[in-house]
Amino acid sequence: MSAYWHCFSGIVTREWLRFVLQRTRLLSALVRPLLWLLVFAAGFRAALGIAIIAPYDTYIPYEVYIVPGLACMILLFNGMQGSLSMVYDREMGSMRVLLTSPLPRAFLLASKLLATSLISLLQVYAFLAIAWLYGIQPPTMGLLMALPALLLVALLLSALGLLLSNAIRQLENFAGVMNFVIFPMFFLSSALYPLWKMLEASPWLYWLCAVNPFTHGVELVRFSLYEQFNPLAMAVCVGLTLLFALLAVWTFNPQHAALRKAG
Amino acid sequence: MNALEVIDLSFAYGAREALKPMTFNLPAGRFAALLGPNGAGKSTLIALLTRLYDLQRGDIRVGGHSLQESPRPALRQLGVVFQQSTLDLDLSIEQNLRYHLALHGFSRRHGSARLDAELARQHLTERRHERVRDLNGGHRRRVEIARALLHEPRLLLLDEPSVGLDPASRLALGLHIRQLCSEHGISVLWTTHLLDEVQPSDDLLIVHQGRLVASGQADAVSLEHGGTLGSAFNRLTASGVQP
Repeated sequence: MSAYWHCFSGIVTREWLRFVLQRTRLLSALVRPLLWLLVFAAGFRAALGIAIIAPYDTYIPYEVYIVPGLACMILLFNGMQGSLSMVYDREMGSMRVLLTSPLPRAFLLASKLLATSLISLLQVYAFLAIAWLYGIQPPTMGLLMALPALLLVALLLSALGLLLSNAIRQLENFAGVMNFVIFPMFFLSSALYPLWKMLEASPWLYWLCAVNPFTHGVELVRFSLYEQFNPLAMAVCVGLTLLFALLAVWTFNPQHAALRKAG
Repeated sequence: MNALEVIDLSFAYGAREALKPMTFNLPAGRFAALLGPNGAGKSTLIALLTRLYDLQRGDIRVGGHSLQESPRPALRQLGVVFQQSTLDLDLSIEQNLRYHLALHGFSRRHGSARLDAELARQHLTERRHERVRDLNGGHRRRVEIARALLHEPRLLLLDEPSVGLDPASRLALGLHIRQLCSEHGISVLWTTHLLDEVQPSDDLLIVHQGRLVASGQADAVSLEHGGTLGSAFNRLTASGVQP
């Protein structure tokens, strides 16, 4: 059993070292959500008032509403980017080293997903710290309660990213992932606007948002950040994380890619 | 005991047969060169030996353990140096090696002794804290060899390890690896398409169009098929040749 622990901690240590040594990575991970928060949200503040909805107990400025969605946006980008590189690095590069470990492949992939998710959390909390300085200050206990929710959402999105990268040949670069996965998931969710606003606009769009796993991830984080529990979001996130992780490990086979390439 | 046994192994990418059924053994403590032109099937064989691809037909046994039936003990016996560098360039030599030890389940304390031993063997002890990015090609290869030997494998697999090295580094690498074989009893499978990397006393496997067309000691193969290694290789890898 200790071999598994040493292996897992080695994988986490490597991700941590790479994160620390690539200082620009933190910066680039923060620029995107900060632009949304400091520029987009400021511009939209006047146009979009948020009525009293759970988990908030009062009217809130738009910046407050948007923060949980932007935290999840970091997880979405990291999860997709990390998983894509796992698939396309496997024929050469670091994934080949990982796969020569004698430990089971499923364990190695799960460890890798968990390790990259833990590093994503550091980026999310760096963003929440800047948001705090900007004046968006959820309860301290909420920041703590959001930790397991954020980790679960990070795992959900990484597993989904790995599954999509395995299954869809066309997602061979990040531009494809941006256009066909990240943007639709982000905009068809409750990250930028509450779902009742979407219902007013179009029932179809509302239903697309309602079944989007990212919506449930955002709501789980939003509720926990304000010390509340959202059982539906939790159930959806746990269930889908398990499902996507199992399917992703099952379909992660470099041979499939080679066979597809051979036509 | 044989360090490596390849038994009736074949592999196809869909309808295209990349490896036709082949069988060969590599005895303990021997240096074997796997020689073949580009596209001969070497990369597919390496992908199967390193568990990147699943076996379709036949079996591979490393140190007596089947890669299919008991992959864990088989992979414990296998050290690999990949053709393209798989080191983390921004990490130090020691950090790269510690990562590999962890992947093989070594604790930090247990791994330290192995780390020190392999760094010393590759004359890298003084440079252990240097970033890999700052090393030249020859030293990076040495780090990869140190890494491949950390878990004390019986079989060392080197996939075109001399690619990108200058002539002096190539020569030094060949000498060093043969020394590992003779002094430490490690078996080596060295893939290449360069004839001058093969010595007369080496075991030799020649693959062409997915088929094992010759095997045996290099001088004997040369004698049997043409007189010199070059003429034997040319004759055996002439297009469409049937063994």
